[in-house]
Amino acid sequence: MNTQTAKPGIWAQAQRASVERLHIRLESFVVLLVLCAVMAVLSPFFLSVSNFLNILLATSTIGVLAIAATFVIGSGGLDLSLGSVMGLAGVVGAFVAVNLEAPSLVGLVACVVAGAIAGYINGQLITRAFVPAFIVTLGMLGLARGFALVISGGRVIYGLPPLMVYVGQGRPFGIPTPVIILLLTAIVAHCVLAYTRFGRHTLALGDSENAARAAGIRIERHRRTIYTLSGALAGLAGMVFMARINSGDPTAGINYELTAITAAIIGGTNLFGGRGSILGAMIGALIMGVLQNGLNLLAVQSYYQQMAIGAVLILAVFIDQYQVRKESRV
Amino acid sequence: MTLLALTGIRKSFGAVDVLHGVDLSVAAGEVVGLVGDNGAGKSTLMKTITGIYRADAGTIAFDGRDILQLDPGQRRELGIEMIYQDLSLAKQQDVSSNIFLGREPTRKLFGVIPGIVDKAAMDRQATKMIERLGAHLPSINRAVGSFSGGQQQTVAIARALTFNPKLVIMDEPTAALAVREVQSVLDLIRRLKSEGIAVILISHRLNDVLSVTDRIVVLRHGRADADLVTANTNMNEVVSRIVGGGDQSAAARHEQRG
Repeated sequence: MNTQTAKPGIWAQAQRASVERLHIRLESFVVLLVLCAVMAVLSPFFLSVSNFLNILLATSTIGVLAIAATFVIGSGGLDLSLGSVMGLAGVVGAFVAVNLEAPSLVGLVACVVAGAIAGYINGQLITRAFVPAFIVTLGMLGLARGFALVISGGRVIYGLPPLMVYVGQGRPFGIPTPVIILLLTAIVAHCVLAYTRFGRHTLALGDSENAARAAGIRIERHRRTIYTLSGALAGLAGMVFMARINSGDPTAGINYELTAITAAIIGGTNLFGGRGSILGAMIGALIMGVLQNGLNLLAVQSYYQQMAIGAVLILAVFIDQYQVRKESRV
Repeated sequence: MTLLALTGIRKSFGAVDVLHGVDLSVAAGEVVGLVGDNGAGKSTLMKTITGIYRADAGTIAFDGRDILQLDPGQRRELGIEMIYQDLSLAKQQDVSSNIFLGREPTRKLFGVIPGIVDKAAMDRQATKMIERLGAHLPSINRAVGSFSGGQQQTVAIARALTFNPKLVIMDEPTAALAVREVQSVLDLIRRLKSEGIAVILISHRLNDVLSVTDRIVVLRHGRADADLVTANTNMNEVVSRIVGGGDQSAAARHEQRG
């Protein structure tokens, strides 16, 4: 079988090593560097430490959501409710802490639990009622957002206790807490996805449901776990965001699912499942963060930023599908 | 010794009755051919053995144990493996990931954190298995979807044989293969038999079935219509039992030509 008679070039070798060892596309890394270089040339403020922390802070929310998107999309699913669930989680946490006067810790946990419940409902409907994930999570997008507005009466809930604010604004060792939370979450998620049976089964399930079922993986239960996990991560993102803005805002996270899914796809997650990496998703999230930050520094109107994100999503899927068609003979 | 015994297996999908009470037994180390026309229920029957489908009625005993309530993973653990016609591979994953899917060996990270998949061990064993099959793959670390059809089938076979099965079910293993590859699959079946592994072979290629099996079971209209000892039968008889009466000789001539 001499299919490899021609010796691949250095770039091709590096590409393959990157995909096989790190599970990320080398191109995404290059894009990030080029983007940073361009922004550095265009804006004198870009290369400052405070701006760097700004980018990381902005990325912390999107990054956690991108981890959720990587798990769900990698398993062959879709979660459009990420942004709404994030908003709901923040409102629930603030409501529990401010209106119900519960301890701070309870308020923080309430965010994650609220997200997990929303994700659990998604999973139940998808695997037991056989409603497609696209519809279920689109429905949840409306449900969660509406519920957040109902709880808060449509108003922002102010007055969080100091400990909750610290989760968003504290700086242990000079590093913002949200960044630390993202970092820890990403490390754990990376290990789970790449090195545990749960993670491997997740990607196998997204690759071929038949293969996973024949291998004895209980795929319905696995899917429910993944959607619950996705909801819990959206809840965590909601918690971080709530703490950062020091309030429960029912409109928090609108359109964030768009950015999170884009980050995951840029990071090498196959839109149709079977491939995904947390490291890649983090690079994707950074690309989105740098893009938004750069456009802000250049004083580009936020309407155009929306357009840019949408365009990047389509472009990322196009490039990924182009590569897939070139490499495989499925 | 009877390894697998099915009695009165029934299965229907909505209003469509596919299996109407199938009886089938396979002894240890026996090679049984399962033949029948399209829609006779061959694949459905095999999937009730592996647990992908749950039989509506009937009993399934494997190694003297009732396995009707077990899920596919548990049945695999008992030693029932199937090589599907579509191979059921996860095409974006590499060779060892496919072979060990659902049964990944784990180790402790730093001797503390449990549940870490031991990829190095998987790769080692996968390489050994592929070598044992006498096959050549471009790279063990590449996505299975980039391989040729024959190479992909090698991976599917390796997956079925790595965990010391007692029964291997093959659904049309030779349908998509070149002549030389067909011979190696038939040789493999003979080797499994010599190692005491039972094989159920589903195939439309009656010459293959006649050359490697001990018995041939004909499935017709959802029943085991005939149970023939291969040594005492011939192409004509098998074909006539498949089509069920009518002009048997014409059908047989057609089959031999085709």
